[in-house]
Amino acid sequence: MSAIIKTENLQYAYPVEEGQLAVPVLKGVTLSVGRGEFVAVLGHNGSGKSTLAGCFNAIRLPTGGVCYVDMMDTRDEKNTYEVRKTVSMVFQNPDNQLVATVVEEDVAFALENMGVPPEEIRVRVSDALRAVDMYEYRAQAPHRLSGGQKQRVAIAGVIAMMPRCVVLDEPTAMLDPQGRREVMHVVRALNRTYGITVVLITHHMDEAVQADRVVVMHQGEVLMDGAPRAIFTQVDKLRAASLTVPQTIEVLYELGRADGAALPVDALTVKECADILEKYLA
Amino acid sequence: MSTILETRGLTYVYGAGTPFERVALDHVDLRIEKGEILGVIGHTGSGKSTLIQHFNGLLKPSAGEVLLDGRSIWDEKGKCARETRFRVGLVFQYPEYQLFEETIARDIAFGPSNMGLPQEEIDARVRESMRAVGLDEKLAGQSPFALSGGQKRRVAIAGVIAMRPDVLVLDEPTAGLDPAGRDEILELVKQYHDTSGATVLIVSHSMEDIARLADRLLVMDHSRVLFCDTPREVFAHAEEIIAAGLDIPMITKVMRELARRGLAVDTSVFTVPQALDAIRAAKKGGAR
Repeated sequence: MSAIIKTENLQYAYPVEEGQLAVPVLKGVTLSVGRGEFVAVLGHNGSGKSTLAGCFNAIRLPTGGVCYVDMMDTRDEKNTYEVRKTVSMVFQNPDNQLVATVVEEDVAFALENMGVPPEEIRVRVSDALRAVDMYEYRAQAPHRLSGGQKQRVAIAGVIAMMPRCVVLDEPTAMLDPQGRREVMHVVRALNRTYGITVVLITHHMDEAVQADRVVVMHQGEVLMDGAPRAIFTQVDKLRAASLTVPQTIEVLYELGRADGAALPVDALTVKECADILEKYLA
Repeated sequence: MSTILETRGLTYVYGAGTPFERVALDHVDLRIEKGEILGVIGHTGSGKSTLIQHFNGLLKPSAGEVLLDGRSIWDEKGKCARETRFRVGLVFQYPEYQLFEETIARDIAFGPSNMGLPQEEIDARVRESMRAVGLDEKLAGQSPFALSGGQKRRVAIAGVIAMRPDVLVLDEPTAGLDPAGRDEILELVKQYHDTSGATVLIVSHSMEDIARLADRLLVMDHSRVLFCDTPREVFAHAEEIIAAGLDIPMITKVMRELARRGLAVDTSVFTVPQALDAIRAAKKGGAR
């Protein structure tokens, strides 16, 4: 699998006023994201995960090391346009991302800027709205939609650009459970149906569990990197990084720790957890 | 226990008389007990934010009443008693965006100053509120805008606490925070509740969090009260909760799945410690 995003000793420090010391946020991250992968990035606030995401589409340029997007060095200004076409971003607050007064115009916004012919815009916008199940809302005003619906429109805007990679920075943080389910359904479809590489930054362990791979950021560095099952079973290490584990794992872990039950602790779903507990109780 | 806040037939209509007319609250009858922690849940648009804005008179009912200590907060002339604003303190969503003063101390002092308190009392309350939310007193003279998001949120909460409200209402106080930040804010709310004896209403989308903290849960659905009961009772209605666009804690789902497979386990649990007790009881007693 070739990498679509590759960082080598990537460092970033936010610019400061004269006389102050620059605070490094990324302290040498070496990471690669393969084409078609679905990677979740976890980490507490200030761990550097959003800054890392910003490097992936040249919103932030490395202050040390390199970030390649599809083999293009993001530091080279000549590449910026292509980098952003390759990697699209979806942010936390849907209200800050919608610009037009009609849903379909919002989805078409970037395409118009890219100079796509009108007939093709129409096809791409309709397809993108169908993909996120918002086609019937195409003539509505975005401010009359729910949070989950707005976020799906924002994602449709991204799909319409046909990027090879989508980076979502806590897309469900402001949504209710129903909205979260809707958005996660679309995120999975982006990856599985359309083969788009997905980098999902999240605080929700149940969302990270759905990824192929989980990267845990801690104090500007990669602390852990592996399959969800391998990551979430390391309960102590995650807790030390101020993260929680899914309740399905926590309950098995506590039974092992307090009651000496020799149970596997790798239950990522309700069914897996129930399977293990059913055997334990039998 | 005595009732501190009550609504009777509370109805609110947005955009009455326009094509966008929408009933946001539909005959809501509710009693909130003095000193309890009430969790408020409901999907986006279920009416929960509209509801809490009625508690301190920010919104005026289209019909029905809001009573504080048994008295309507609106008088015959259609005015809301000024003290309602001080007695019921509202912390909005993302309150860090509402900070505006030059120093942290002055921002927190804004509420108490409006109450017309003497300067000494105001200063004492600023110090006390900073302590209550875990902000170092040394920060008092600094600009609130230099703080991190989580710290700004503490300043905003301190500003409301400084009015010493009898009822503290928090609208999604943990939105956008990481698990550690979430736990800190919830712990701070719990501590404030325990030391002040205030009634606390907390709106949240996180069932796991709210179930742990609240004495009772109010579930709003389609502008009405779906349930108002203990978390145990509420989560026992899993199907209705999910149909209302909400979710039940994962651990509750595990226990329900075990029960479905014929194991005799308590399905009304909603935290991991409760689940552990239930599993141990089942192990001891023989689950089948």
